[in-house]
Amino acid sequence: MGFTIGAICAILFTVFIVQVAKARELASIVRNDSAEQDEINKFQAGLGLVFLVSFMAICVWSFVHYIPTSMGWGPNIAASEHGPDVDYLFNLTLFFIFIVFVLTHIALFWFPWKFRGVQGKVGLYWAHNELLEIVWMVVPAVVMTFLVIGGLQAWNNIMLDFPEDEGYTSVAFPNEDSEKEFIEIEATGSQFLWYLRYPGRDGKLGTKYFTQINSNNQLGQTWTDEKNMDDFLVNEIVLPVNKPVRVRITARDVLHNFYIRDMRVKMDAVPGMPTYFIFTPTVTTDSMRRRLSNEPEWQVPDKNDDSKQRWETYKYELACAELCGKGHYSMKNIVTIVEEDEYLDWFDKQEGGKLNESVDSVTGNKTYVFEKGSVKSKYFSYFNTVTDEFNPLQEKTEPLEKIVENKLRVGLCMKSMKDWRNSSEEGTDDYVQAEEAMAKLKPLLKSARLYTVDQVDESYDNVKKSLLIVEAAMAQIQNTDSSDATLTIEKESEVENNEEVGK
Amino acid sequence: MADVNILEKDLEHKTNYDGHHDDHHGDKYQSSFIDRYIFSQDHKTIAKQFLITGMIWAIIGAAMSIIFRLQLGFPGADMSWLQPLLGGWIQIDPVTGVGKLDPEFYYALVTMHGTIIVFFVLTAGLSGTFSNLLIPLQCGARDMASPMLNMLSYWFFFLAGAVLFISLFLNTGPFSGGWTGYPPLSGLPQASDGSKAGATLWILSLVFFVVSVLLGGINYITTVINMRTKGMHMFRMPLTIWAFLVTAILALLSFPVLASGFFMLTFDRVLGTSFFLNEIFVAGEALTTRVGGSAILFQHLFWFLGHPEVYIIILPSMGLVSEVLSVQCRKPIFGYKAMVFSILAIGLLSFLVWAHHMYMTGMNPFIANIFVIFTLIIAVPSAVKVFNWIATIWGGNVRLNSACLFSIGFVSMFISGGLTGVHLGNAAIDIQQHDTYFVVAHFHIVMGVAAFFGMFAGIYHWFPRMYGRFMNETLGKIHFWGTLVGAYMIFGPMHYLGMAGVPRRYYSFEGFESFNQFADLNEFITIAAILTFFCQILFVINFFYSIYKGRKQTELNPWGASTIEWTAPINAGHGNWEGDIPHVHRWPYDYGRHGRDFIPQTEPLSEGEVDGGH
Repeated sequence: MGFTIGAICAILFTVFIVQVAKARELASIVRNDSAEQDEINKFQAGLGLVFLVSFMAICVWSFVHYIPTSMGWGPNIAASEHGPDVDYLFNLTLFFIFIVFVLTHIALFWFPWKFRGVQGKVGLYWAHNELLEIVWMVVPAVVMTFLVIGGLQAWNNIMLDFPEDEGYTSVAFPNEDSEKEFIEIEATGSQFLWYLRYPGRDGKLGTKYFTQINSNNQLGQTWTDEKNMDDFLVNEIVLPVNKPVRVRITARDVLHNFYIRDMRVKMDAVPGMPTYFIFTPTVTTDSMRRRLSNEPEWQVPDKNDDSKQRWETYKYELACAELCGKGHYSMKNIVTIVEEDEYLDWFDKQEGGKLNESVDSVTGNKTYVFEKGSVKSKYFSYFNTVTDEFNPLQEKTEPLEKIVENKLRVGLCMKSMKDWRNSSEEGTDDYVQAEEAMAKLKPLLKSARLYTVDQVDESYDNVKKSLLIVEAAMAQIQNTDSSDATLTIEKESEVENNEEVGK
Repeated sequence: MADVNILEKDLEHKTNYDGHHDDHHGDKYQSSFIDRYIFSQDHKTIAKQFLITGMIWAIIGAAMSIIFRLQLGFPGADMSWLQPLLGGWIQIDPVTGVGKLDPEFYYALVTMHGTIIVFFVLTAGLSGTFSNLLIPLQCGARDMASPMLNMLSYWFFFLAGAVLFISLFLNTGPFSGGWTGYPPLSGLPQASDGSKAGATLWILSLVFFVVSVLLGGINYITTVINMRTKGMHMFRMPLTIWAFLVTAILALLSFPVLASGFFMLTFDRVLGTSFFLNEIFVAGEALTTRVGGSAILFQHLFWFLGHPEVYIIILPSMGLVSEVLSVQCRKPIFGYKAMVFSILAIGLLSFLVWAHHMYMTGMNPFIANIFVIFTLIIAVPSAVKVFNWIATIWGGNVRLNSACLFSIGFVSMFISGGLTGVHLGNAAIDIQQHDTYFVVAHFHIVMGVAAFFGMFAGIYHWFPRMYGRFMNETLGKIHFWGTLVGAYMIFGPMHYLGMAGVPRRYYSFEGFESFNQFADLNEFITIAAILTFFCQILFVINFFYSIYKGRKQTELNPWGASTIEWTAPINAGHGNWEGDIPHVHRWPYDYGRHGRDFIPQTEPLSEGEVDGGH
């Protein structure tokens, strides 16, 4: 009904305009006033000036209004290392073009007013001026040169891949002092979701091939490649802040595009041709939220969760930016940037495996039994069904499970210390001792977290020894109340030992 | 095939034999209605056919954009009222009765909108119309070099349109993979509904279209090179002709590449080859035999056409605007030779920049260096043209009628849209801006709206030449201001969406916190689009009304133009001039020279006078 009324109004309005226009034309023919065009020129040129002023004013006003969402301004400052270069170039270019935009528009709408037609007047015969033409050819050329040089420097820095032959290597967690270590993850576009793969402990993504894809193996990982042993798939990209990340971008079916707005990361995913993008996140999700909390438009209740403000739920988002079919607009995953510790905790969880607690019903002693699962359980189930004649990775998976077990046991120890500390009053002997123990455990835990299967040969024994000592300490913890001072001190000394052995 | 010499003899014969002339004077091939209006070989009639077909397609293409703008501006609104028109593409919720646009059809609309506007309207409707109308008239020829090919050019275009139109009614819907039609999406019927029969018809349609462009283009080039009247040497040609010539050369060199890409795509779709396919697992099946191709290859082929294509679209508009501005400002075009050389430079450079559409597609990033340099070099001839247009206005005696206003509007649009190209041509900035609304804003303003403005300027200016009547000036001015303000209202805000990183081709932004902040802006854009569409309806009414009822043209040369198309009689028949074709003695821009308002090209140089073009 509303639509019908609207349509009728529109038609009547159209008829009205057309009739008025016809009447004006007829009147003009009847008047036959040769000076009429002068009046029209004046009116139209005047309209041009009105347009000029309002257009420029609206451009400036709207730019100021939209600063809070514009790149390089307000909270939309890039959250990656290369991002500010992109933003700077954008805004630098914007500065130049705005000057040109304003000057040319002033000329374009002011000249018709200044030189509006008057009957009987003859235009100026001014066909060219070489000096002028050279000037307005050279000035843009110079500005362009300037922008090209800046742009290409930034572009080549951003797009430069890590050269393999110069010792660059992907690891599970890059060392502070190494400039040649980076994290490599993989994103695979598919209609209409992203498969996100982490390389696991070895830091290396295993090979995959599309013919291997099945419902249990969505990426087609080749299970004969030992690098695949510890790879895991996730639904959310979690990355440590300030560590270089190389995203290997692939597609399963059609083109997709890996796009993280806040990171200034964008690259097509092409079937059969892996691409990459290297970036270093510099702002954690938490810092980004703090940044947003200063902005009035983010200090409103969240749409989905009334108890929180909008800024509290902000998340970086991975999107698809290349048309891939009808679900193109829905390929979203969350990207979370966290501090180092948080990242390692998350990584532990993804790695899987767990220690099952069992309590001896007679003595009350707790023992911990390791349950496998640090690598894809499907991987194991696959090899369990294959006869022993062909099980090339059997030897490799056992040590992998072992080091995961080590890590979990050290982690458990760490956790007990933490509990002990937390249950003690600050400043007491217990508290101080627990703190010291934690400080000593920390490097051990870190190395336990990051040992790879390859490193097992040289350090396996050490790990094993330290593990024994840790477990002894564990046994003592289990046997005592954690607040019992004497026993924990003994355990403390043992931890010290194991620390030495561990090194 | 009508041979021009025969025609000319025939004409002389007829002039001798009966003194008076009528509308279809001198054409023995135009005896019946069908020969005159349908399978006509008269370039003027073919021009009108291109124009009106283009207008019909423009209305369809623009209406499609209104439908998908409704989805973007009012997500969740009840669209069930569109069901009579769109049928099953509106999914009605059985419980609430709320109708939703099907996402697949949303993408089909976007695809069809792009294809229709880029190819059917701004290539055929613009270049087809004005090249046909003006090349023989402004060069001084009785018709095109081959009127027969010219006619075929139109009918292949018509056929292309018919095939695409049919695809709108397919059960699986028209093609929905974007106007660029990137494989593997377009190459795999199982990847999307639109890639089934819809894609086949889309490819077929565009192959017919390529044929049409080639037939037209080869004709335009031959006519310009061979059939200029006496005295019309190259540097006496109006800039329109220069623009059409370079446009036709670009089309002739680039469209076959598109066709080859389409043939390969068809082989991939039909014959099981894998030019563009590699290692694909789709619809639960690994295509084990389809390996070794490269999806990027198609993009290279496509954009090798695609980039010249944007100049194929904008160059004719540039030519038209140069001519209209000069005539309506009563001033010679400023820097004629600079204008000619910048057209040539743009034409040459347009072949060296195609991969700037592909910075983020996985092409080797270091190739981008070359394309960044060439892309930003294009800014120089473009800037020269803009400054020359503005300088043309300076010192003029500007007659601000609709044609002139649209020319000024064109320059404004070309500046606004061209400047943001400086952002996008720079690969580093393109990392963030690629495939966002910033790109949408950029290319709509610079090659969509600007080209339309050039086309409107041409239509208002040469309408008397086509129909012997004028269009209504009041409606024309309402059309102009409505379109200028409306177009900026639609595409201006899109820059801010792009600066916030909102990606294009999204059916809905609701899933994304970062992209969903602009509901009010999207609503504003949609309303602006509807209003602007309404202004175009006024234009269409004005156009068709004026064909029959417009103010009659009484003077032969109503605008006081020096070019020779105005020396032919009003409503000239096939053959254009009754007697001899006028000879040309000077360049086409002698306005205000020697204190005279204008000196026609046909007037011989007086003693000691130097031709203005030199």
